[in-house]
Amino acid sequence: MSPDEVVGAIIAPAGATRRVQRVDLLQYLCQIQHQLNCIPAAAISQLAGALQISAAEVRGVIEFYAFLHEQPRGQYDILFSDNITDQMLGSRNLLAQLCKRLGAEPGIPRDDLRVTIDTTSCTGICEQGPALLVNGRVVSRLDNSRIGQIADLVESEVEVTEWPQAFFLVEDNIQRRDQLLSKQTADLSPDGSALHALLDYGETTLLETIEDSGLQGLGGAGFGTGIKWRRCKQAEADCRYVVCNADEGEPGTFKDRVLMNSYADSVFEGMTLCAGIIGAQHGLLYLRGEYRFLLEPLQQVLQQRRDNGLLGRNILGKQGFDFDIDIHLGAGAYICGEESSLIESLEGKRGIPRKRPPFPTTIGYLNKPTVINNVETFMAAAKIAVLGADWFRSSGTADSPGSKLLSISGDCKRPGVYEYPFGVTIRQILADCGAENTQAVQVAGAAGITLPITEIDRRIAFEDVATAGSFMVFNNDRDLLEMVQNFTHFFAHESCGLCTPCRVGGALLKDLVDKLVHGHATRHDLGEIETIGALMQDTSHCGLGSTAPNPVLDLLRHFPQLVEKRLAHSSYEPAFDLDAALQEARDISGRDDAGAHIEPFK
Amino acid sequence: MSDKNTFMLDGVAIAFNAGDTVMDAALRAGAYIPHLCHNPEFTPHGSCRVCIVDVNGRRRSACTQPAAAGLNVENSSDDIVAERRSLLQMLFVEGNHVCPGCEKSGACQLQAVAYHAGMLSPRFTHFFPQRAVDASHPEIAIDFNRCILCELCVRASNEVDNKQVFTISGRGIGSHLVINSPSGKLGDSNFAATDKAAHVCPVGAILPKHRGYEQPIGERLYDKQPVSIVGDVAAHENDAQGDDHDR
Repeated sequence: MSPDEVVGAIIAPAGATRRVQRVDLLQYLCQIQHQLNCIPAAAISQLAGALQISAAEVRGVIEFYAFLHEQPRGQYDILFSDNITDQMLGSRNLLAQLCKRLGAEPGIPRDDLRVTIDTTSCTGICEQGPALLVNGRVVSRLDNSRIGQIADLVESEVEVTEWPQAFFLVEDNIQRRDQLLSKQTADLSPDGSALHALLDYGETTLLETIEDSGLQGLGGAGFGTGIKWRRCKQAEADCRYVVCNADEGEPGTFKDRVLMNSYADSVFEGMTLCAGIIGAQHGLLYLRGEYRFLLEPLQQVLQQRRDNGLLGRNILGKQGFDFDIDIHLGAGAYICGEESSLIESLEGKRGIPRKRPPFPTTIGYLNKPTVINNVETFMAAAKIAVLGADWFRSSGTADSPGSKLLSISGDCKRPGVYEYPFGVTIRQILADCGAENTQAVQVAGAAGITLPITEIDRRIAFEDVATAGSFMVFNNDRDLLEMVQNFTHFFAHESCGLCTPCRVGGALLKDLVDKLVHGHATRHDLGEIETIGALMQDTSHCGLGSTAPNPVLDLLRHFPQLVEKRLAHSSYEPAFDLDAALQEARDISGRDDAGAHIEPFK
Repeated sequence: MSDKNTFMLDGVAIAFNAGDTVMDAALRAGAYIPHLCHNPEFTPHGSCRVCIVDVNGRRRSACTQPAAAGLNVENSSDDIVAERRSLLQMLFVEGNHVCPGCEKSGACQLQAVAYHAGMLSPRFTHFFPQRAVDASHPEIAIDFNRCILCELCVRASNEVDNKQVFTISGRGIGSHLVINSPSGKLGDSNFAATDKAAHVCPVGAILPKHRGYEQPIGERLYDKQPVSIVGDVAAHENDAQGDDHDR
């Protein structure tokens, strides 16, 4: 097929009943990128014409998402996961090796357009990293030998589908089960038990059960699930939506990947339960682009549920209980985990966070009342519907009932997914996962909190250390400044660019942290870091900007001795290297004598 | 103050109507809250954050904060002014703002708001981005170096002109204004000097051509009175400078 035909088949597949619509723009773009490895100019005009929007608008969407490219990146687009946990496992060195083997520069397509080698934000394979994506497929457990094989496969032009299947193996790695994943709960028939409960007891009772359970959003924010559902149900509207946030983008978290791999039925059951309670007929699961490998298996589960009468029209034979679920793909944008950005992205737009209020429960997807919950929350809700509020409250603390899945990676013997009742101490977690000589743990991801080992007795709970599940361990041999540098770069890269403090402040902070890491920062710079950090926390439009300075501010607060060691002795250091800045002039003039150099400012 | 339809702004009671934001009510009452991306003719945007105020102990952008009875809004405390100044300093280093060489100097809202906030230096490290000037249109020039991403032209073109001439592309510090035309040039678009979008830019990014320094420095909008008194430059398009041009 010619590129034109590919695009034509994507926006108007033969026999399709769905009309071409603007809200599907991102999905069209994801498919075009997937099939053509780029989105050529002709495809942009074709799309703009079909959707009656401007080509600039289409480009604006393409340029927002890291996985969409106008320029060809070659037959093999290889993206090394660049989370700090990947780096700690040697990813940067492996990237350099592959570049050398293939004669490519990082980030630049090779001249023959065979391959581009680049980095990407955390791919959620932290406990079996280092990982990379090749044309959107995850390759886990990279090592020297695997890099060598990849170089050979690329040079000999072997299709990615023909690469050894072992490369693509992504295991669940569940290391500890508790309330939700225990054998008797997890094996509980996911094929309709919650929906039977809904039909038996009625939506009013079931909603009360969810409220009584005290279930709070397990995506990190901790908003009451019952009250969220009730508000959406009470909002006046002719239709409502249920959205599952599976944009698990927080660096270091991967538990939703495991739930969708092995417990998708329960997640969809939770969504259907919610739909039955609030009166929604349409659900959407927003799957991060990094998890594209889960798309087909998830679609199979959905089809099975349709075949079993658990989705579609008249669910379980009940007249008028109609609900179905679509899966939408993301395309490399951390901000889309923020619920209002996620809605914008579902509508096919740039993932810019909306103004709040109004909240999605009143004005959400397509401006209709929408419930958005995390993968884990929907699964927990499905179990609560069957086992009851008391069952759920029998675990956890008074303020944080239930359990939490943690994604544990970094310096420990047994990384993986651990389920604990809320209230568990950091001390116990570290002992269980086999962490030794621990210097610090980063809880709740890059946006979270850095805890020095002295705070080991703090607890995972909404009232103490709240988390969506990321838990990264750093031992005494690690340079925490590298972690801070990694996260600060991550946030600058992922800022949507809407508001001044995050867009500009994040970029300034990145440069200042680099200056600190390179040993050029002074006390004045530390003051500027504090000022910019506080400004971002106070004035940013959304949570990305207000949490972005956390890693560096935590470093200054808890590890002043590490910072002290890195300070330059002068009270002022220029932001750039004066001598290096003269290089261009030296090149032009052909001079390289002493007079063409400048001593560092002291 | 217990009045049902008032809130306190720096200790003064401000009346509001249903549906007002803090900014709406303040503007109507003649109380000045510094702002750049806000223009009452368009949907609030909340992006520049310059209108940041303290609302019952939390920082909020006044242009998006719904007014409500009993709110205590601080607009002029030292902390707020310092934060506002830092935000303005960020905008100044993000682009290339060379006031002495800018046709808009003296009638530039960014400059005027910066004076109002007591900004004396850019303070942060300049990014010095490389941005080309677009002079392809016969009547209007665009100097992207001065764009502060307020999206007023985007909103005006979408909401009033129905032309969708402008949009934002990229993300993060790479966010930039782009033009919807086959070549990406303004001259190749259906933009007209009479478009609303040609008359809303708060800085010198979108400027009429063929008119150099018609109004002398020293006699411009903000040379005579501060922005807190005369308000937005867009609201003066048809008096001061505009009249001179048409003569």
